[in-house]
Amino acid sequence: MEEVLFFLAAIGALGGAFGVIAMRNPFYSVLALIVHLFSLAALFLLLTSAFVAAAQVVVYAGAVMVLYVFVVAYVGGGGESAWEPIPGQRFLAPLLGIALFVELSVAVLSSSLLALGEDGADVKAGFGNPAAIGRLLLEKFLVPFEASSILLLLAAVGAIVLASNRRREESA
Amino acid sequence: MNTEWFVVLSALLFSTGALGILLRRSPMVILLCLELMLNAGNLALVAFSRMVGNGQGQVFAVIVMVIAACEVVVGLGLIVAIFRRRLPLDVDDLRELRG
Amino acid sequence: MSATAWAWLVLLFPLLGSIVIGLGYRALPQKVAGAIGTIAIGLAFACGVAALLSLLGDEPEARHHASSLWDYASVAGLDIKLGIFVDPLSIFMVLVVSGVSTLIHLYSYGYMQSDEGYHRFFSYLNFFVFSMLLLVLAGNFVLLIVGWAFVGFASYALISFWYRRETATRAGMKAFVINVVGDIGLVLAAFLIFRELGSFDYGTVFEKAPEVFTTNEWTITAICLLLLVGAFAKSAQLPLHTWLPDAMEGPTPVSSLIHAATMVTAGVYLIARTHVLFELAPTAADIAAFTGLATLLVAATMALVMTDLKRAIAYSTMSQIGYMIMGVSIGAYSAGMFHLMTHAFFKALLFMAAGSIIAAMANDQNIDRMSGFGKAMRFTSITFVCGALALAAFPGTSGFFSKDEILAFAEARGGMYLIFTVLGYVGALMTAVYSFRLVFRVLPGRPCAEAQELIDTGHVAHETPKNPATGEPEDTDVGFPGPEHHIAEQSAPMRVAMGALAFGALFAGLIQIPGVDDVVTGFLDPVFEGSPLARIEPSLGQDYVGLGIGGLIALLGIGIAYVLYIARPELPHRLETRLRPLHTLFANKWYFDEAIDFLVVRPALAIGRFANRVFERFVVDGLVSGTEGGVRGAGGVVRAVQNGFVRSYALLLIAGFAGLALYFLLSSS
Repeated sequence: MEEVLFFLAAIGALGGAFGVIAMRNPFYSVLALIVHLFSLAALFLLLTSAFVAAAQVVVYAGAVMVLYVFVVAYVGGGGESAWEPIPGQRFLAPLLGIALFVELSVAVLSSSLLALGEDGADVKAGFGNPAAIGRLLLEKFLVPFEASSILLLLAAVGAIVLASNRRREESA
Repeated sequence: MNTEWFVVLSALLFSTGALGILLRRSPMVILLCLELMLNAGNLALVAFSRMVGNGQGQVFAVIVMVIAACEVVVGLGLIVAIFRRRLPLDVDDLRELRG
Repeated sequence: MSATAWAWLVLLFPLLGSIVIGLGYRALPQKVAGAIGTIAIGLAFACGVAALLSLLGDEPEARHHASSLWDYASVAGLDIKLGIFVDPLSIFMVLVVSGVSTLIHLYSYGYMQSDEGYHRFFSYLNFFVFSMLLLVLAGNFVLLIVGWAFVGFASYALISFWYRRETATRAGMKAFVINVVGDIGLVLAAFLIFRELGSFDYGTVFEKAPEVFTTNEWTITAICLLLLVGAFAKSAQLPLHTWLPDAMEGPTPVSSLIHAATMVTAGVYLIARTHVLFELAPTAADIAAFTGLATLLVAATMALVMTDLKRAIAYSTMSQIGYMIMGVSIGAYSAGMFHLMTHAFFKALLFMAAGSIIAAMANDQNIDRMSGFGKAMRFTSITFVCGALALAAFPGTSGFFSKDEILAFAEARGGMYLIFTVLGYVGALMTAVYSFRLVFRVLPGRPCAEAQELIDTGHVAHETPKNPATGEPEDTDVGFPGPEHHIAEQSAPMRVAMGALAFGALFAGLIQIPGVDDVVTGFLDPVFEGSPLARIEPSLGQDYVGLGIGGLIALLGIGIAYVLYIARPELPHRLETRLRPLHTLFANKWYFDEAIDFLVVRPALAIGRFANRVFERFVVDGLVSGTEGGVRGAGGVVRAVQNGFVRSYALLLIAGFAGLALYFLLSSS
């Protein structure tokens, strides 16, 4: 049963990914990514990480993607010209992508991490639920938690500054 | 369900994201591909967290999500600013630094 | 104070004088600078006299002292000290050099008065005297070479003193290059001496040489021949003599000091000093003697036809130095040095008188245009005649006794050396003829225009300044030569100097009359006592016969000159047309300049041109341009990586990452 769900979610994720890189219209790419994110949330659930799955859906697919949608609507999606100015890029890129994948897989599959080949450790019932994550965040990872909130503040300020109407530069 | 599958899937998604960055020219799509790569990393983290049995990987994944969100915000702000100045939204055309 | 302490002072005063005048040229007024220069040399002479007195207090065998201030280099078997050697020979030279130099400084005090380069002149002149004294007092070969080189430089600086004249600068360069050839010979000789004997110090070298070398071994002959190269270059003997006539481009005091009395005698001093080595290599000594003889005769022939007054006197110098070189090469050491001393007196005097006459002629040196100065310039003409008498070896003058002593020694040595005596007398005849040729051409007769102006107005003639060699007008707005010309009649310092030298020229011979007294020989004996040749002494009879022949020849020469130039003035012209090829040969200086140009200068220029056109252009430039092209090409290739495309940078990034991962995978498997 698990395997079936895994494969379904995997297909969804892969399909979304290929859709992102293959679609001409950026809006369609955004939609493909949303599909991808939902599939990823399913995969997280398969890994009994409920909080992360929820966060993925709510934060990522919900907030971040909405941002994307707004910007794409504002900016519009243009086609890209077919001519490639960089010599050799169209040839080398797929080659390197495949090489990367092969190397990473080889690294994973032939590694001496024996645990990889087995089922995961036995976990208690509360593994991956908000309480567990919350406890970790506030006990062990307090500093990263606070630092990331400062980062969010910076990002927000930065975005406002970048996108603001600066009158004196508009005329340039 | 062994962790190998998840990690290999994560590797595949990562490579796909990398390929997208190399091939696409619209900054929007490049950002989307960056998202792909980050999510692939997230998947690997959560898979290992499940394998090991403690929640540290998941916390890591949550923080990564936060970072991804910040990065998206700034990146989209850049795209909006570029669009406002009527410059072409094409990574190959935006080659020169000018005052 | 010891003799060596006085000797150090002798060196100190001229050096100080040169530095003070040189650095203070703005601050010092002209007269003060001239006074400082003259007094510095005067003090050097005084210290030389003091050193002499101190030396005379020693026993004759013990009259040699060495003293050193500090070590130059004492590594790897070398032990070179800044050391001087005081013995009768060096003190003799010190006295001659500093004495004559003092008088010449006094002369320049008046002669160079309106020249803007006055301070520079005195500074250089003092430096020259310092270097000459250093050469003479040096106690080892290294310091000798140092003094030698300094003298060469000072000569160059003074010959091209009026540096706006192209002929002067070219003459200076010519002198310097030929001197360098001599320097090379000297340095190579020093190297060989060090290699064979292990030391540069005079004492050690002269002691060990007879033990290490057998007679006429090729090393010692080579050493002596190389020393001769140096001596000939400095003393203007064949074939390295071509610089001396050109050196007359310098001011007259320079000619009189450097090219009559001091620098050109350095070669004679060198041979006398290293006589131990030359006695071990008789072949080299004979070569030197024959070269001296050849120079003597050739230079005399050239002086017979010269029309430039100073150049004629220059050739006379060459010829007389030939006598000296001949003398010291065949073993007549004291005689040669005695002739050096008397020659210094009368030659310096001749140059001074010539300078006075040339000044009256507004710097024109052509004797064809000169006449009648006997009436116009009494003092100058009297001193000129005194010098000419001494040069011609008129009986009773100093030149009479010194020249004949050399020839008598050659006769006493006998055998092959009789050639020297015979040809020496032939040379003496020619000397008498040409010296009185100058006298009879310039002094008697109807005054020429300039002389007439002097008689009438008492002023010296003025014209637009012209280069006397080429006749082209020169711009002297830099101030030299000065607008005024100074003659002896109008300048007291010049008269004092010329008077003193005239006295010396006439009466200095009295200290070495054969059979009566022998001051010079007695004084120099300790230096040469180890030498087998010094024991050869002409008998009294030979001496007197020699003197008699010499006197007769002098009178004969004067008589011939009288006939040619006063009694029958058309005779020279007829002789010239009859013997035209000979005359051309003499007048063109035996084509030595052309020969050297053909043999040395042209090949050197050709090599230079070849080096420039081929080697420089293809090899050196090719190497440099090739490197440049290579670097540029490589840079171009590398630069292509930075094309500005983000995606290509990303490609490189991922490619690098993939490569790295591959490496790690492979190395861990």
